[in-house]
Amino acid sequence: MSKRDRMSGNEAIATAIRQIDPDVIAAFPITPSTEIPQYISGFKANGLISTEFIAVESEHSAMSACIGAAAAGVRAMTATSSAGMALMYELLYIAASDRLPIVLAAVNRALTGPININADHSDSMGARDSGWIQIYSENAQEAYDNMLMAHRIGEHADVMLPVMICQDGFITSHAIENILLEEDETARAFVGVYDPPHHILDPAEPAAVGPYSVSPYVMEMKRAQFEGMARAGGVILEVAADFEKTFGRRYGFFEEYRMEDAESAILIMSSAAGTAKDAVDRLRGKGVRAGLVKLRVFRPFPAAELAAALSGVKALAIMDRSDGFSGNGGPLGAEVRAALYGRADGIRTINLVYGLGGRDTRVEDFENIYAELEEMKDGPTDASPYCRHIGQRENTNKGTD
Amino acid sequence: MEMSEKMEKINRMAGITERSLWTEITEGGFVYGAGNSVFFNTGDWRTKAPVWRAENCKQCLLCFPVCPDSSIPAENSKRGDFDMFHCKGCGICAKVCPFGAIAMTTAGREEKEGAGHE
Amino acid sequence: MIEIRWHGRGGQGAKTAALLLADAAFEAGLYVQGFPEYGPERMGAPITAYNRLDGAPIRVHSNIYEPDMVVVVDETLIGPVDVTAGLKPGGRIAVNTNRPPEAVRDLFPGTGAEIYAVDAADISTRNLGRNLPNTPLLSVVARLTGIVEEKVFFAQMEAAFRHKFASKPEVIAGNMSALREAWFGAVLVNGDE
Repeated sequence: MSKRDRMSGNEAIATAIRQIDPDVIAAFPITPSTEIPQYISGFKANGLISTEFIAVESEHSAMSACIGAAAAGVRAMTATSSAGMALMYELLYIAASDRLPIVLAAVNRALTGPININADHSDSMGARDSGWIQIYSENAQEAYDNMLMAHRIGEHADVMLPVMICQDGFITSHAIENILLEEDETARAFVGVYDPPHHILDPAEPAAVGPYSVSPYVMEMKRAQFEGMARAGGVILEVAADFEKTFGRRYGFFEEYRMEDAESAILIMSSAAGTAKDAVDRLRGKGVRAGLVKLRVFRPFPAAELAAALSGVKALAIMDRSDGFSGNGGPLGAEVRAALYGRADGIRTINLVYGLGGRDTRVEDFENIYAELEEMKDGPTDASPYCRHIGQRENTNKGTD
Repeated sequence: MEMSEKMEKINRMAGITERSLWTEITEGGFVYGAGNSVFFNTGDWRTKAPVWRAENCKQCLLCFPVCPDSSIPAENSKRGDFDMFHCKGCGICAKVCPFGAIAMTTAGREEKEGAGHE
Repeated sequence: MIEIRWHGRGGQGAKTAALLLADAAFEAGLYVQGFPEYGPERMGAPITAYNRLDGAPIRVHSNIYEPDMVVVVDETLIGPVDVTAGLKPGGRIAVNTNRPPEAVRDLFPGTGAEIYAVDAADISTRNLGRNLPNTPLLSVVARLTGIVEEKVFFAQMEAAFRHKFASKPEVIAGNMSALREAWFGAVLVNGDE
């Protein structure tokens, strides 16, 4: 039986971690994820968890400790943000390559510089090619639910990859919102027991992890890693189906909001999706055929499924909360356009970079974007795709402000 | 773990070579079993090869402990012939042999090169 | 949906008040949001905190630009900060002040809002021995929103304080008496209540 409660996104993640009771947590504090290890320390001090909590001296060490622990066959977790995640980058790649199903609670925060503590996705987007599964959460409820699903996805024999559960710093991590929590026993039963096929501390089977690989082995290992990520999609849906059966809340690769007959659509991730849904409702009230797709699973990228979901729209705005500085749009813009190519050609797309460093994005901002899409939707289909930043102060800004 | 089971694991590693398919390589590059370097052929790194002249050998066993590649098998206080799968041809054994019982040779040129002991 | 914007200064407890109000509304069965605008922690710098309270799930994740109610924890903010920006027509203002009613009206010319004045500093100082205006204002706002009955609210707050002040229970009684005094302590300065 779900229990009605209210808490911040950080407390929701900490609650899930308490219920999971992982073997090892190694973490270093950084705003806005600091509260997570803080809660964990409290749980540990109060005897609520049996976790070995390792207070390390840096995020590089945190992920290193997680890798060691996971190689030794236990559930290892950490939490971080921004520069902390950047300090982990080297180890993120190693965790994925070593096929260690570590789970990381990411509280998205802008990467310096300029130095800033507020939300954007530049930290986890910088790690998008590290081989981690990435799942993004709109609110505290989703952060909690995604965390309960994370281990089953990463630890699945067909996958064996680390998993990052992302939520927006402060907007989600620090705001108090309603949430439905599951009973400790049912949550724990859902997550299940981790029984690693191999680990380096098994005296019956001595093993080494992370060996130097000469060229003749690297591509074969990467091919196997690719396969793990490719198979993760099916496992994510399988776990989501069981989650729905157990707890009643439904998840997929993405959420389609009022997309049935939508002509103009916004594709977006995390907390601003809720704000954009309010804009959709306002516009639907005025007869505008507006819809929204909220991407939940960014890695693996559900290209074919997304293209199918978007195939009916005429104009699409792809919203990036980070700029990859390719000069040609943000990471989500690039991925989505690549997904559409050859599968759903002819959709007029714009790629908008918004909300950097916590810049607030309002319902009205999304209404303006839909207005732009309405203008575009019957225009030429061969117009060059383009990218623009919105929400900043400018003399001539077609977007907001 | 039973010895046979252990050998099975180690043998699995023995099957992994530079010709293995990606499906045959262990997940994450895990290396299972201790001592599986016995399956790695370092013998083909050799430009010179030792030859054991058993007729000169006094079984003093000075050679066996100095071999860096454990390529001189010894049992019951007696050495046997070289393990050429692992011998890298460094010649240390030939240097320490007081009796001219180890000759270093280049492939096909054994007689011309002569004795290893100087 | 009721949207409330709190204006205070770092250290005055506007954020805590917003979170406690969210707690009270949650206990009353509502969907809630309580969040501050985050930045560097600077004692005395103007800060903003927000509440959304609704009977239906709340999805919007932006700040509040058109509040139903504005809470001014520190009247010296009026002027340097446009505290009534976007206040809905017929909206409400709760302000911590010791000015006479006509002077309070003059603080907010042309807003058309119902203005409630409470000397939260005085109530706090007398009951708590310190100037912590957030506690009395929390009581004023809880009453004005009508989200919760008086007795239920006090019971909830007592429980919340017992949790929050577990290590210094001596301050609970003062907080509770400040809340009780403030429940009917605000005066509508521009009309009949």
